[in-house]
Amino acid sequence: MTVNVTMALVLAGLYSAGFYLIMQRSLMRILIGTVILGHGANLLLQLAGGPPGRAPLLGDTPPESMTDPLPQAMALTAIVITFALTTFLLALAYRSWLLLGDDEVRDDVEDRRIRRLERRLAESEDDAETEATT
Amino acid sequence: MTALVAVPVLLPLLAAGLSLALGRFADVQRAIGLVVLGWIIVNAVILLLVADRTGPIVLQLGDWAAPAGISLVADRLSSLLLLVSALVTFAVLVYSIGQRITDYGRGVSSTTFHPMYLVLCSGVSLAYLTGDLFNLFVAFELMLSSSYVLITRRSTAERIRAGMTYVIVSLVSSLLFITMIALVYASTGTVNMADLGVKVAALPEGLQTALGLLVVIVFGVKSAMVPLHFWLPDSYPTAPAPVTAVFAGLLTKVGVYALIRTQTLVFTHEASWYLMLGIALTTMIIGALGALAQNDLNRMLSFLLVSHIGYMLFGLGVYDGAGLTGVILYVVHHITVQATLFLVSGLITRHTGTVALSRMGGLSKAAPLIAVLFAVPALTLAGVPPFSGFIAKLALLQAGVNAGTWAAYVVTGGAVLTSLLTLYAMARVWTRAFWGQVKAPEGDPDPQDELVVGTGTTSKPMVLATGVLVAASVMIAVLAGPLADVSARAAEDLMHGEAYRTAVLGGGSGG
Repeated sequence: MTVNVTMALVLAGLYSAGFYLIMQRSLMRILIGTVILGHGANLLLQLAGGPPGRAPLLGDTPPESMTDPLPQAMALTAIVITFALTTFLLALAYRSWLLLGDDEVRDDVEDRRIRRLERRLAESEDDAETEATT
Repeated sequence: MTALVAVPVLLPLLAAGLSLALGRFADVQRAIGLVVLGWIIVNAVILLLVADRTGPIVLQLGDWAAPAGISLVADRLSSLLLLVSALVTFAVLVYSIGQRITDYGRGVSSTTFHPMYLVLCSGVSLAYLTGDLFNLFVAFELMLSSSYVLITRRSTAERIRAGMTYVIVSLVSSLLFITMIALVYASTGTVNMADLGVKVAALPEGLQTALGLLVVIVFGVKSAMVPLHFWLPDSYPTAPAPVTAVFAGLLTKVGVYALIRTQTLVFTHEASWYLMLGIALTTMIIGALGALAQNDLNRMLSFLLVSHIGYMLFGLGVYDGAGLTGVILYVVHHITVQATLFLVSGLITRHTGTVALSRMGGLSKAAPLIAVLFAVPALTLAGVPPFSGFIAKLALLQAGVNAGTWAAYVVTGGAVLTSLLTLYAMARVWTRAFWGQVKAPEGDPDPQDELVVGTGTTSKPMVLATGVLVAASVMIAVLAGPLADVSARAAEDLMHGEAYRTAVLGGGSGG
């Protein structure tokens, strides 16, 4: 794979923007993050085929000067899949907004459970202390 | 003959479309599902017999030769797992149909469940059969996108919240998967796994390690190995019992399968793989300890699922014939037993109306049949001697001791400890839910959602399907001899990839 500096920079930009957005709490931002990241991944897949050449049509160009068609086919499939999943995430965000009134991705359930347990334990200790003093 | 390899992938996809179109006719829709899955079982038996006798069966789609075209390969490992998965999906479908008929009557159809379930089956089959990395990605996407729908169907607030975590985590790992494929293609110019096995070995060592680790991360998320497991106990318990059962039985195991396939065929190791042994140990211990902290039955089972993924990674970490034999036996046993446990948990929940262990009691008197159905898989999972879990665990422990390195000894010790912790967790469920005062079922806290609980009604198909799976896990123990032989041969194939490579690359054209 020959290194193309422009493309490398574009990829770096897409990946960092995508990962940054995925770290956010709002589902919409995460969604945009996955879209950007998906574009980055698909572009990388495209570039994996090597430098651009002539269209890969048999009989039109000699095989030596064609681009590699395989990554193009793969990128096409990947784009369709990313597209479908983006639609699904949009529907999910809408549903979440209807049901919960926001589209925030909540904390880990386990974390919340442990915190609740801790609070309950602290309260029962307080109760025991007040009973002991009275 | 070779056309049979494509059937488990194409037939369910076709049936899914038909099932969606005939969504109004509930009985037809159910019949389609049962017939298709029944045929896949027969198909998998044929594939296993042929693959075991004559070596891998290869189908080159459209007659394009291997490195460029798409190849589907059924070798011993993939056809064995295909058979077990088909049996489990069939039983779970029967359970789910039984549940729906009990709750809503025969006439009410479900437009999304059956088609999505069939797509899921198709994705699982493709993941087992595919011969190249990119189709593995497509298989994962088929499987995951239908699982997204199944997990967020009839969405309540709770389930949407759980679904979000699940979807986002899976989506990110899928994007990393594409990135990995792109990098592999850029450095080798092929995605065919048989071809990659040769070409990756020629790459510089650092690049090999980097790509190998990326593969471990991608499949680690899917198979819930420990630092990457956090999404599983949060999302699985919210889904209805049949959905959780099929997820727990199959999805994580497909991740493990992909890990085994890529790490043996593409990124080979010289000796024991210390990183994987370490991950296996932490997965086992942390999963088991997490399970002990839970009060929610389904969450506890989810943590145990994570914990037992560790055993499969343990065998992979030992990385020799004996270790891989152990892994294959363990995967086969665990697919059946974990699905059974979630189905039984569904039965328990319907009886008690709650998932909280602290609010259950006296089930052994109120529902003795459920007690039996729970006891057998619980003991199997803990690895108590006569059951299949013991055989699989014994194979792994022997492999660990034979490996003879200190790391393998430590992990073997951890595996024994985890078995005891699992037994303790199961005993805890038993004392809380099955012994003690008989408690009246609680009412359904949320009548709007799909989980009908606390009715005490369990129809015959539900109990029957669970019973069949319990019987199947006992049968694994009875058939341990031949099964272990097949597993050993499959493991031998994995250790020496030549048979696979010649079958795929060496002119195995479609017929």
